[in-house]
Amino acid sequence: MSFSRETDHGTPAVITAGKSVTLTIDGQSVTLPEGTSIMRAASLLGGSIPKLCATDSVESFGSCRLCLVEVEGRIGYPASCTTPVAEGMVVRTQTERLKTLRRGVMELYISDHPLDCLTCAANGDCELQDQAGAVGLRDVRYGYDGATNMGQAKDVSNPYFDFDPSKCIVCSRCVRACNEVQGTFALTIEGMGFESKVSASQGEGFLRSECVSCGACVQACPTASLIEKKVVEIGTPDRAVVTTCAYCGVGCTFRAEMRGEELVRMVPWKDGKANRGHSCVKGRFAWGYARHQDRILNPMIRASVDEPWREVSWDEAIAHVASEFRRIQARYGRNSVGGITSSRCTNEETFLVQKLIRQGFGNNNVDTCARVCHSPTGYGLKTTFGTSAGTQDFDSVMQSDVIMVIGANPTDGHPVFASRMKKRLRQGAKLIVIDPRRIDLVKSPHVEATHHLPLRPGTNVAMLTAMAHVIVTEKLYDEPFIRARCDWDEFEDWAAFVAQPARSPEAIEPLTGVRADDVRAAARLYATGGNGAIYYGLGVTEHSQGSSTVMAIANLAMATGNIGREGVGVNPLRGQNNVQGACDMGSFPHEYSGYRHVSDDATRKLFEDAWGVALDSEPGLRIPNMLDAATEGAFKAIFIQGEDILQSDPNTHHVAAGLAAMECVVVQDLFLNETANYAHVFLPGSTFLEKDGTFTNAERRIQRVRKVMAPLNGYGDWEIVQLVAHAMGLDWTYDHPSQIMDEIAALTPTFAHVSYDALEALGSLQWPANNAAPLGTPTMHLDGFARGKGKFVVTDYVPTDEKTGPRFPLLLTTGRILSHYNVGAQTRRTANAAWHPEDRLEIHPSDAENRGIKDGDWVSLKSRAGETTLRALITDRVAPGVVYTTFHHPETQANVITTDFSDWATNCPEYKVTAVQVGLSNGPSDWQQSYDAQARHSRRIAVVEASE
Amino acid sequence: MDDDAMMMSNQDRLIYMANQIARNLSAASHGMAVEAVADHIASFWAPRMRAQIFALQAEGRANLTPVADAAITLLRNRDAGLAARPVGAIGQPEQQ
Repeated sequence: MSFSRETDHGTPAVITAGKSVTLTIDGQSVTLPEGTSIMRAASLLGGSIPKLCATDSVESFGSCRLCLVEVEGRIGYPASCTTPVAEGMVVRTQTERLKTLRRGVMELYISDHPLDCLTCAANGDCELQDQAGAVGLRDVRYGYDGATNMGQAKDVSNPYFDFDPSKCIVCSRCVRACNEVQGTFALTIEGMGFESKVSASQGEGFLRSECVSCGACVQACPTASLIEKKVVEIGTPDRAVVTTCAYCGVGCTFRAEMRGEELVRMVPWKDGKANRGHSCVKGRFAWGYARHQDRILNPMIRASVDEPWREVSWDEAIAHVASEFRRIQARYGRNSVGGITSSRCTNEETFLVQKLIRQGFGNNNVDTCARVCHSPTGYGLKTTFGTSAGTQDFDSVMQSDVIMVIGANPTDGHPVFASRMKKRLRQGAKLIVIDPRRIDLVKSPHVEATHHLPLRPGTNVAMLTAMAHVIVTEKLYDEPFIRARCDWDEFEDWAAFVAQPARSPEAIEPLTGVRADDVRAAARLYATGGNGAIYYGLGVTEHSQGSSTVMAIANLAMATGNIGREGVGVNPLRGQNNVQGACDMGSFPHEYSGYRHVSDDATRKLFEDAWGVALDSEPGLRIPNMLDAATEGAFKAIFIQGEDILQSDPNTHHVAAGLAAMECVVVQDLFLNETANYAHVFLPGSTFLEKDGTFTNAERRIQRVRKVMAPLNGYGDWEIVQLVAHAMGLDWTYDHPSQIMDEIAALTPTFAHVSYDALEALGSLQWPANNAAPLGTPTMHLDGFARGKGKFVVTDYVPTDEKTGPRFPLLLTTGRILSHYNVGAQTRRTANAAWHPEDRLEIHPSDAENRGIKDGDWVSLKSRAGETTLRALITDRVAPGVVYTTFHHPETQANVITTDFSDWATNCPEYKVTAVQVGLSNGPSDWQQSYDAQARHSRRIAVVEASE
Repeated sequence: MDDDAMMMSNQDRLIYMANQIARNLSAASHGMAVEAVADHIASFWAPRMRAQIFALQAEGRANLTPVADAAITLLRNRDAGLAARPVGAIGQPEQQ
């Protein structure tokens, strides 16, 4: 794609179209939905009415008066942005009178604007400049001698963009974008008249204000007043490539705007169906890690982790991997090796890693990082609905009347979707939050939860069953839906179970700590408030009853008929960019792509025929099982693509022991991550900017990832896996990832219609995309469940065995923060560190006072598994008895604390409940210091002396 | 776990996992729960893990709950060809 700006129609499209009206604009007839603005109508006809304060990402405002038009039969010159089209209307957009008026308006603007266009960073990409040209401005009669707003100090505090008030025309586009698009309300116009100026929060400067750096204001700014620092530094882009973000599971699409091989900026793509032109601080700005000096670009090997790394050629590294895996299998058996696919890599790369393991290693010892996040979603939704995925698209939330958020923090974890959700909440939808913490959604500007149920960590099943108790005993269930769509006998069994007095809100109040009245009110609202939609996250899955909780959620949705149409459904918010895809691609040890069990003879034969080998019909080892087997001496080699299990997986000591017991650990990654401290081979990976492929987001949407620059390491990750396959004697012949997708489509019924050509033509596809749904499936289970009848599952509350007591009286729960992503390997290597330079321990004031802890003090955090230290943040966001931290910084290693308790069905770790004690500390623990020393020792790279 | 308990050994963890599955599937009748636990373990545990728990049970070192104990026995009989494998419980492809 060459560089051109996206078309801006000036005002948003009308969403709920009523009747159509026909009008004439400059002699051309056009028929459009009622409510469309004249400005948009003219734009859709190919015209362009001059404008400054209007942009189609926000509602019209009518302040700049540049877009005046003439309408036959009407007095005056209405603003085309605020005037809706009407039947029979005759509009003229360009007359002598209009020209004069517009020039007059523009003169006033330019009289208070610097005339430094040639040296301005936005030169050539400035709407003010364009509009001055469009109205034919040739002179400013007022001169520049009077008072102006020029020469004001810039606010350069934000690490990614500058604010220059001298260049601000006070059009309020930034303020409106912050309000309407992002929903943060961080900006305002301070002062009046000539003194009016944009202000972040209470004039605090952008960095210290409530601004979340989503970039919506920068995108909306028509001048250089708000501009990316990279544009200032590099210049304006000269080409753009549409690609998909590699951060969270929202799957925002961006225009990667380039100058040559250099990325200038990532601008959210308006046609992106997941993000609808919006972005967050990570996707918009935090891509600097792609060229960070820490990236490893050459393959490295070593015989022992005590030795420094030795850089080698790709040929030597690949041959070494193949020979080590073959040696180990010859000595210890076929099942002594395995691998882990990455939820950060593309579908194609993930598919190839599991294929390498099944076809090349000859076993099913493949797992993925979804093991530690959404494996219970796969189990729970497949059991109840018949398919391992969420039911809706993101647009669906705009049709919801009641939104229930359980164990998720969308404003931090999935911020772009959270903005859509907040928009719907501002329109009047009701909100129920079930979460131990008072997350931002509970109360933020113009959004307030109707019910916040701050339950004790580990009691999700009790809570949801109590809600079911209310729905059943008060007969709020949707009997016609259940009889038509679900197994009635199973419903009756379930209803009888939940109706027992022991499941009532009153009975479980001592367990959850939530008032029974609140639970009853929330249940009634969800069941009777109209379209009820459930969104959940890792606060649901990462428990010993994660799978039960997912099934309890599905039970609630089926019981109330909240499934199978827009505005309702069960929606897992996926953590990483391609968690859904990694699961779809057969990354789990018990199933092939499309969630088909390895023991299914017909499916296995399909793959055997395609790959020309006999495949194992038994499930393989999951990640924790691999580590257990390693410590027992039965598992000796692992191939890890794009995952840092030492930092992200629970019980760090056990993970380290497992890795240390292996003879060959291969890490394929961008950086020497924590796991690489125990690796014998390092294969440098490529970023999402350096390869082609696809990601699948949380709404099952398959989107293209497009290569915008050559891989610094020389290869895309799929090419590296193919090299390993070749070295192991496999005859793979992929020239391009599109061929891998063709193979996926041929072997996976839900992907049958997916191809790069189809994605090019349609922009994206939501699976299932097959003969039954050639254009994909935005909403699942419309007429029936994928498994036939929906299955109600009795979910008995089984308390976790991780219990508090005198030595460990507090419950630790973990999560993430807006500015960082997962283990922080990417975001820590960007300026996002400005917002969150370290993990902090949130502790309630009363718990802090009891321990003599003041805000910012170093505290020790100790559990049965281990101990670490970090600094305290005193806040009533957490309830008494609960503490919270993030896991973004390896210096903290929060997973030293977490235990190896896990979900009963999937082994997903119980990250969200750890009994701990907190006390004052003097600084980093002995363990942290020894870990740091070991990491530094392990990361040494031998210096190769030049030969004479 | 009580306050003084240390982390589990691998063998203890395997037994714990079997008991945990049983506890979560025990809302049904004993017979159905046993079948469900056996099916679950057959679907998700690698043969190595199954063999380990068979051995622990045979040696009397597995402190299994009644449901888990019966499920492991059923599973061992199935693997030995002494009991019929269920049809359709595992290996069922997605119906789309």
